[in-house]
Amino acid sequence: MSVDGWEAVIGLEIHVQLNTDSKMFCACANVFGAEPNTLTCPVCLGYPGALPTINGGAVDKAIQIGLALDCEIAGRCQFHRKNYFYPDSPKAYQISQYDQPICTRGHLDVDGGRIGITRAHLEEDAAKLVHAGGSGGRIAGAESSVVDFNRCGTPLVEIVTEPDLRSPEQAVAFLGLLKNTLQTIGVSDCDMEKGSLRCDANVSVRRAGEMGLGTKTELKNMNSFKFLGEGMAAEIRRQIDLLEAGGEVRQETLHYDPQARALHARRSKEEADDYRYFPEPDLVPLEPSADTVRRLRDAMPELPAARIARFRETYGLSEQDATDLNAAPEIADYFEAVAGASGDGKAASDWVRNQPGAVGTIPAEGLAGVVKLITAGTITATIGKQVYALLESDPSADPAALVEEHGLASIGDSSELEGMVAEVLAQNPQFVEQFRAGKEGVINALVGQVMKQTRGRADARQVQQLLRDRMQ
Amino acid sequence: MAISSDDVLHVARLARLRLTDDEVTRMTEQLSTIIGHVEQLSSLDLQGVEPTAHALDLTNRVRADAARPSWPRDEVLRNAPDPADGGFRVPPTA
Repeated sequence: MSVDGWEAVIGLEIHVQLNTDSKMFCACANVFGAEPNTLTCPVCLGYPGALPTINGGAVDKAIQIGLALDCEIAGRCQFHRKNYFYPDSPKAYQISQYDQPICTRGHLDVDGGRIGITRAHLEEDAAKLVHAGGSGGRIAGAESSVVDFNRCGTPLVEIVTEPDLRSPEQAVAFLGLLKNTLQTIGVSDCDMEKGSLRCDANVSVRRAGEMGLGTKTELKNMNSFKFLGEGMAAEIRRQIDLLEAGGEVRQETLHYDPQARALHARRSKEEADDYRYFPEPDLVPLEPSADTVRRLRDAMPELPAARIARFRETYGLSEQDATDLNAAPEIADYFEAVAGASGDGKAASDWVRNQPGAVGTIPAEGLAGVVKLITAGTITATIGKQVYALLESDPSADPAALVEEHGLASIGDSSELEGMVAEVLAQNPQFVEQFRAGKEGVINALVGQVMKQTRGRADARQVQQLLRDRMQ
Repeated sequence: MAISSDDVLHVARLARLRLTDDEVTRMTEQLSTIIGHVEQLSSLDLQGVEPTAHALDLTNRVRADAARPSWPRDEVLRNAPDPADGGFRVPPTA
């Protein structure tokens, strides 16, 4: 994006909560929404002497993420302690990965650009703080905080991109494709509302054409695609205005307030982060074997990027349509079922994109039935919408039976349509005269009258042709 | 490498420790001695020696991903100095 000769440079840090059965380093259940502090044990509560054990399922899922992002899977990796004091971390450190992450140097292609993945590493989530008192649960002004340790120790993969994104729109598209990719390989539900997908953005601007990087700010708390886009756009604007006014961007962390549509600086820390990483002595290194990596690679389903390409190839769809259909795996699956059952990919694409409510409610055979009736000429496109509406109230109904029952079949070649045309012509001699005198436009009025009588059961172009034949 | 009293104060702040002036002086001496001891390693030729990540020569110790019952909440909150709403109440964090 170039705004007034400026270019934005964006890198993302994405936290993905893995959908394992148990937590990262203990066997407490990894479940969202349970009663506070009912999913804890000495390990995730940080009791002295309690020892962590690595969840092998979480390791597999982290490798799957690496494979889906074309990363190198480390032959050897290990965990580090990241030390900090905060009530969300009972051990006063987070077990994370530092200089030996499990996945490095991958990429994901989006919008014709290749976005580098610096690394993806395994770590544990922190507890949740509920801020009591103050206004609306906001941190500022809270009288106290209540800690819920259910989330503490649940497995996360942190994915860090290179600063390769150039606009908020591209960043949002990237996150969308990443989300769909993670859902497709089945490692996370990626629900931003529940916090199982969280995204921070590092944003800076520079004069278009410059290669160096400007001072960046870190944006947090953008917990929806909409807020992510808005927050980044607001920050880019702020930095450009600041620099054009002769000011300087200060490196700081900003929180996006969706209500005010504004960014607020977090109270600056007294000193820079100093996490004093050191190797976690309670855990031995991981050395994913070539066999394990091969097994996971072989089990990898078709990924959204490949699926978009295949949709364009197989069904002749535009890139935009193929991308829209791949907004989520269940939409793409539904489209393929409708396209397969109807034999008409283009029509199936139009229907699925225009009727997003069909996914998960109308059986694919039902929608395919509607498509087939239209393609075969049994019903018109207009009537197709009526049949679809009938399906919405009775999803298991057979579209052909609905057409029969409600008398919706097209009357294109029937004597019924011929009769209607004759009748309308007889009732409107003045239009016929005007048409014959060369005023062709009046035919539209006649078409309208016939169409009204057919209640949509005929094709307007065909009606026009019939009228024309009769009047000449 | 000599440890300065500023280094000691920095580390103390990170560890949320409040030290008296006497303690700062004593810690500065003691930490300098400890670092000096470890620094003897620098005199060794360690070219080509992999850093040791772990004292045990083990790898890939993982458990199967299966959930087991957690502790009862009453038990968990028994040692909390100020439980509230089924959680651990703490002073405001910002």
